Amino acid sequence: MEIPYYPGCTLNTKAKGFDNSARASARELGLELVELEEWNCCGATFPLLVDNMLDLAGPAQVLISARQAGQRLAVACSTCYNVLKRTNRVIREDEDSREKLNFFLDADYGGDLEVLDLLQILRDEIGFDNVKEAVKKPLSGLKVAAYYGCMVLRPPAEVAYDDPENPHALDDLITALGAEAVDYSHQGECCGAYLAVKSAEVTAEMSFTILASAQRSGAELVVANCPLCQFNLDRMQKTMGSRHTGFQPIPVLYFTQLLGIALGLDSEGFELDRHYVDPRSLLEGANLI
Amino acid sequence: MRIRLSAEVLRNDLVRRVEEISGQDLLACYQCGECSAGCPVAFAMDMLPSQVIRLVQLGQVEEALESETIWLCAACQTCYARCPKGVDLSRIMEALREIALQRDGDYLDIRAIHPEELAEFPQQAFIGGFRKYTW
Ligand code: SF4
Ligand code: SF4
Repeated sequence: MEIPYYPGCTLNTKAKGFDNSARASARELGLELVELEEWNCCGATFPLLVDNMLDLAGPAQVLISARQAGQRLAVACSTCYNVLKRTNRVIREDEDSREKLNFFLDADYGGDLEVLDLLQILRDEIGFDNVKEAVKKPLSGLKVAAYYGCMVLRPPAEVAYDDPENPHALDDLITALGAEAVDYSHQGECCGAYLAVKSAEVTAEMSFTILASAQRSGAELVVANCPLCQFNLDRMQKTMGSRHTGFQPIPVLYFTQLLGIALGLDSEGFELDRHYVDPRSLLEGANLI
Repeated sequence: MRIRLSAEVLRNDLVRRVEEISGQDLLACYQCGECSAGCPVAFAMDMLPSQVIRLVQLGQVEEALESETIWLCAACQTCYARCPKGVDLSRIMEALREIALQRDGDYLDIRAIHPEELAEFPQQAFIGGFRKYTW
């Protein structure tokens, strides 16, 4: 099965490990992610002002290109997913915005594209049972915290494909891979997102709260679905020790990296060496890489 | 804080502007505090999210613009997801940022970002940050 795919700016550069592991894992599961021939940045945040047509134009252009490639679009980065999904809804449901954007972008798009998060496709189209069958290296004994962040949960009516207050799609995937998905309270709490560029200390504190919650439940590894969440949770650990005595570093992977490893794929392109907290000793210790 | 209220104060131009560009009915908020209780950045804010909307309800937009809170809001949408009245506070925060940016100029100067951070941070952080902090 083939599906048009939008990688987005960060997966194309800093988060190559996310992109490579997503494509390789999908392929192994019989799903070919076909990158859009032409695409641009989605804007990285959904514009929250009524009538902010300028900031909607970027994601709208992505949707228009995607619609030319097919009926559906797969997105791995949860932030891109959120922005594209919300923009698509505006185009579909708000006639005034639809007309303005189409006029500005010289298009005739009605919002009938289906924007899908990669995890959602794994759950609904591949099926976690089939993922489980395809596992070559079960992650037995590994305690993993599924971190959802904001973007696949909120606003619930617009983007959620899971219970927004108690999500479990990623936990279910982790379980299918043979690992133990730990239950913890902060799985959908914000990591600080773009606050990082202006208020790094606040971001570090927010990320610490999440990691500490996961660690209290016994997690030895966290998986994320967004390059900015991954970055904040991972890099901000540099300063956590000085504010919170006794803090122990914990590796933060993309869920697709863990998926690829469990599927027995060569992790060469997964860039496991580019994380701040090196996950390799944990994975080697479990005989996974 | 002592506030003198009148019809003019309650419906002043700035209040109307916040209402117009956020698309929110400010008076729908009945001050239950659910937004502040769930806000993950509340610990760092000088004014709680529910206090920001209260000030705007009372025509005190200038006060709200002085608050660090509007710059600390991460647009995580938790307040909106949980508000029993369906108020999208993240849009009110964005409206206040917009008014502040138009009036006072950019809140973030790229030259103030440490070169090491410029090299390391993902693109997404900068694009998102500049969307929220510059005009
Ligand atoms: S949750 Fe909604 S109604 Fe309650 S204080 Fe916040 S904005 Fe007002
Ligand atoms: S959107 Fe802003 S105000 Fe609302 S909960 Fe998130 S950080 Fe707090």
